[in-house]
Amino acid sequence: MAQRFATPLVLVAVMVVVWFAADSNFILRVASLVFIYGLAAIGLNILVGDAGQVSLGHAGFLGIGAYAVAIGPTTLGLHPLLSMLAGVVIAGLIALVVGRPVLRLKGHALAVATLGLGILISMVITNEAWLTGGPDGMPVPRLTLFGERIRGADNWFWITGAVLVIGALIASSIKASPTGRALRAVHDSEVAAMVSGVDVAKYKNIAFVISAIYAAVAGGLLALFDGFVTPDVAGFLTSVELITMVVLGGMGSVLGAVAGAGILTALPQVLTAFNEYEHMVLGLIMMVVMIGLRAGIVPSLIALVSGRRRAKAR
Amino acid sequence: MTSLAAQDLGIDFGGVRAVDSVTFEAPEAGVTAIIGPNGAGKTTLFNMLSGVYTPGHGRVFLYGEDVTGEVPYKLAARGLSRTFQNLQIFFQMTARENVMVGGHLSEHHNVLRHLLPLPSLFGEERRAREAAAGHLDHVDLADVADRPASSLPYGALKRLEIARALAAEPKVLLLDEPAAGCNATETEALAALIRRLADEGLSIILVEHDMAMVMSLSDRVIVLDQGRMIADGKPEDVRNDPAVRAAYLGTDA
Repeated sequence: MAQRFATPLVLVAVMVVVWFAADSNFILRVASLVFIYGLAAIGLNILVGDAGQVSLGHAGFLGIGAYAVAIGPTTLGLHPLLSMLAGVVIAGLIALVVGRPVLRLKGHALAVATLGLGILISMVITNEAWLTGGPDGMPVPRLTLFGERIRGADNWFWITGAVLVIGALIASSIKASPTGRALRAVHDSEVAAMVSGVDVAKYKNIAFVISAIYAAVAGGLLALFDGFVTPDVAGFLTSVELITMVVLGGMGSVLGAVAGAGILTALPQVLTAFNEYEHMVLGLIMMVVMIGLRAGIVPSLIALVSGRRRAKAR
Repeated sequence: MTSLAAQDLGIDFGGVRAVDSVTFEAPEAGVTAIIGPNGAGKTTLFNMLSGVYTPGHGRVFLYGEDVTGEVPYKLAARGLSRTFQNLQIFFQMTARENVMVGGHLSEHHNVLRHLLPLPSLFGEERRAREAAAGHLDHVDLADVADRPASSLPYGALKRLEIARALAAEPKVLLLDEPAAGCNATETEALAALIRRLADEGLSIILVEHDMAMVMSLSDRVIVLDQGRMIADGKPEDVRNDPAVRAAYLGTDA
């Protein structure tokens, strides 16, 4: 039971600390971005860290969620939340249909196929300018809840924070359930999972759909938060960033995904002091972290701490 | 009654006939051993029987029903379970979790229920953990239940595979060289376990190189050589079969 609630509670604690420590709206806005990308990374981690399948096109689903809340209200007159739901359903259905044939592939072939899916979605968004505004993007109408327009960094901090905590709770619950076990079994040995009665193809597809839904929700939040969307949200670079968050933070760790999102989102803001060397320093930090903490930040630190404790007990 | 049966079963790999026209019937309870020199096609035969390979020709029957080409997870649901010669352990899990995956078929599969921390799940999970402990106890691994599988020695992992297979509550159990890498004491305990399971009504099909174990344990021995069946009978008959001696010793019969 504890493993289901530990991570969400840690996240709430961190949020409260950040809330009181933050001395500017800028910090709250960066934190909101961390929460949004953290949500997408938690979802992707279910596919990559738990089920052991790679997706290099996951920003495509982020894009679907983002453009749903842009197009829904402006073109169809839908409420932003209803638009977001539509985006989630569309992303989930695409993942369901595409997942079956694509997830039969393994290793490099799977990487390239998912890369193709991401490029396909981002090309559609870029080219269908009549609907999406093309390369220039389009404005996103403000979110209204209970007749109030949602604005202000503090409101967004708690909205995105709440969704992140719910996302972490769901991911932690999956992990501790028979479904989570089946996914990890598929990761470790497909043939052993199969003869144990696990429908491997079905479980890979479940992980793909769940991760697509997380990405679509995150995309919707991102667009509402920014008030504007461009095709970059669905682009290859965003997909790479999402994968990097998962690997850097720690494969299979819910908290790790958020930590990875934190580093990739917040660190560039901190590193602006380095001016044009900003990206070089960021790249260097990523390399050093991966070399030093091979399992990713959170799992490596947990292993380090529990190892120390065991050594002390001896 | 027959549990698992093969009829004219065979497969080619790149023009080489790995298994050629194997026909046998395994009884509902008891130990059927498949022996033969290295490369005789024993593991290939196992892979066809358990659905890992689709047979090139011939048929597989499980309790009289044609299950040729059926996928492994569906065969598992029909009561067929197996272990692997080269370990197929879930190394990122504890021993207990490995066995809990073995119990996958008896768990609830409504993914939507698994998205939330429902109290009803906690009870199910506790029962699954207890059931896994029982299976681990069967193979003397109860005291390492919560250790990571990656930290266990080879002999323990072989037994862990058996515990995982038993967790699926099979009617037919295929064991691929369970004694490989085990010391004499471990092998003896393993033989006793296999005999007990067979006496309890399990149909066990065993691929094994340990001849002493095969001869003392089996109700029936099938001998493969270069993909063909060259003998099928009681252990004492097979032992004295000239064709079998030739295959093992390399002399002309």
